[in-house]
Amino acid sequence: MKALFNSKKLENQIDQFLDSVSQGLIVFLSGVKSYFEEDKAEFEHYLKEISKLEAEADKLRRAIENDLYTFSLIPENRGDVLALLEHLDNVIDTSKETLHQFDVEVPDIPLEFAEKFVKLAELSCNAGEEIVLAARAFFKDIKSVRDHVHKVYFFEKEADRLGNHLKKDIFRTDMKLSRKIHLRYFATHVEKISDDAEDVADRLSIYTIKRMI
Amino acid sequence: MLLFFLSSGLFLGWSLGANDAANVFGTAVGSKMVRFKTAAIIASLFVILGAVISGAGASHTLGKLGAVNALGGSFMVALAAGYSVYVMTKYELPVSTSQAIVGAIVGWNFFSGYVTDYKILSKIVSTWVICPVLSAVFAAILYLILRAVFNNMKIHLLKIDSFTRIGLIFVGAFGSYSLGANNIANVMGVFVPSVPFREIDLGFMVLSGAQQLFLIGGIAISFGIFTYSYKVMKTVGGELLKLSPQAALVVVLAEAMVLFVFASQSLSDFVKSLGLPAIPLVPVSSSQAVVGAIIGIGLVRGWRNIRFNVMGKIAVGWIATPIVACLLSFIGLFILQNVFGIVVAKRAFYKVDKDFVKFVSATGLKADLSPIEGKEFNRFKDLYDKVFAITGDKEASLLIGSLCEEINLKLSSHKIENLYLKGLLTKEEKSLFLKLTDKDFRFRYQFLVEYCRLKKCKLNGFNKLAQVNKKIDIYLKLFE
Repeated sequence: MKALFNSKKLENQIDQFLDSVSQGLIVFLSGVKSYFEEDKAEFEHYLKEISKLEAEADKLRRAIENDLYTFSLIPENRGDVLALLEHLDNVIDTSKETLHQFDVEVPDIPLEFAEKFVKLAELSCNAGEEIVLAARAFFKDIKSVRDHVHKVYFFEKEADRLGNHLKKDIFRTDMKLSRKIHLRYFATHVEKISDDAEDVADRLSIYTIKRMI
Repeated sequence: MLLFFLSSGLFLGWSLGANDAANVFGTAVGSKMVRFKTAAIIASLFVILGAVISGAGASHTLGKLGAVNALGGSFMVALAAGYSVYVMTKYELPVSTSQAIVGAIVGWNFFSGYVTDYKILSKIVSTWVICPVLSAVFAAILYLILRAVFNNMKIHLLKIDSFTRIGLIFVGAFGSYSLGANNIANVMGVFVPSVPFREIDLGFMVLSGAQQLFLIGGIAISFGIFTYSYKVMKTVGGELLKLSPQAALVVVLAEAMVLFVFASQSLSDFVKSLGLPAIPLVPVSSSQAVVGAIIGIGLVRGWRNIRFNVMGKIAVGWIATPIVACLLSFIGLFILQNVFGIVVAKRAFYKVDKDFVKFVSATGLKADLSPIEGKEFNRFKDLYDKVFAITGDKEASLLIGSLCEEINLKLSSHKIENLYLKGLLTKEEKSLFLKLTDKDFRFRYQFLVEYCRLKKCKLNGFNKLAQVNKKIDIYLKLFE
């Protein structure tokens, strides 16, 4: 019977978790933009903000996992839900990690690439936003999961394409090789957010088929 | 002695609890949606309620198939059924207690010379086929409804989980009730005609002798649930878990509905009042209802999901179980009677003598039995048909028929004293019957008349007569 009363609390926790992931993506994008605008104070603020959100998401995820097992809820879908949450967590982890690398390594990015970097970050974040929507739909409105998942795939492909262009451009300049590699490394990391989102989308498609009784 | 004879029925009840409760709560417990302790308590409670409140219908049908009228016979019939279930389970054939008990009763009929009523037998056999089919239809419809609700209404995954949990508990309770109502006939039905229990007035309701039997049987079933069903639930749960908990909910609900349909007197009466043929109240197999329901869901999902070999196995069970039980029952009765000298069947004899004709017309039953005066019958059915032709009233014919049964009763003060000491007779009853010790009662109505003379009750009209007849029924069983 306890399980029945707990469901509302757990529903809220899941929603809060998804909120954190979604906010984390917005903060990441703002952080990247402020880096290129060389607004140090703003950048510091976003850096702190994303760390906080990431920690909160971790805490929520653990609490949800704990409750699901303690009250043996959704025995059929429990494994799926846990995997879903863990992989969604990767999305915000990667965002945080990448923003921190900007802080630590302070990559010297020529202005001509700034626009493409920001665009890449936008595409990655779009993919992330859509996967959060898809995950929300998985819990509440199973039929519209598809509507979001296909967008994730689209944004991921776009990010891939733009990433390739960016890398090509980087290697066709006459910078030092070490600097080229350093920039490529950052392009790859920004792009990885959309890859993580795609990974979640793949899983979600299968879980959705399983959940349609 | 009574308890010894009842033991075979209790064993049957135990095995029913151990096996069939898993059909109701197996998926819920196996999938950890409901804890075993919760499931066991709910199942036990509702099995007992179902058995006591609505158990009469299905056991009445079994009684019509063959009224096993001696305790020794009831013992053997239940034992034969129980043992066939055990044997069939050992060879991993799907087995149903209902089919075993019917086979065993037919075995008793063969042995005792009681002619099997093939009309009733065919009615029972046809329900075995109808049961899984009906269950499949129910399940298919319920599944479609549930799927539409869950897929189209925007309900949170966790809410669906909660609803399913509550649903499984409620449906499990309903299923247990239906199981008790429908299958108590298998466990205790054969004992109803031969066990002497008197009515107990509980203040808010009166427990008839049969209901007390059902209560004992229900407790035996509960015992089976608590002691052994956990293992079976785990297995059933594991097998059925290929279905989602929501589909499992549908399976259990369909099963419960089918069992209820074949057990509920009021539903049967309602259908009859609509001008449709009355639903036969027959004990059916809960396992087959479950398989039927799973097939029903399979049909909705697509033909490829159906495993035809399972259906074949059920059909084999339909034929093999009753035959095995019938043979075992026949052999067992033979041994019991000839080796142990225990009465397994009473010879029935009915005579419509001159005094009886007078007696009947004096009670104002509006039945002139003179056309069949002096006739003798060895089968109740023959007598009943003749009387029915005269009265045209089912209940009255049954009553009149039973009254001219030969009982050959001679009361001894020793016997009465004995029963009194055991607490089976009250002081008043003792002194009443002691006044009858010098008399011989060849027919039942003679005993009834004497009893009434001493009790100073008036015998006019059907209701009065039926009331007194019910009362002396218990005494006659006690004096046997």
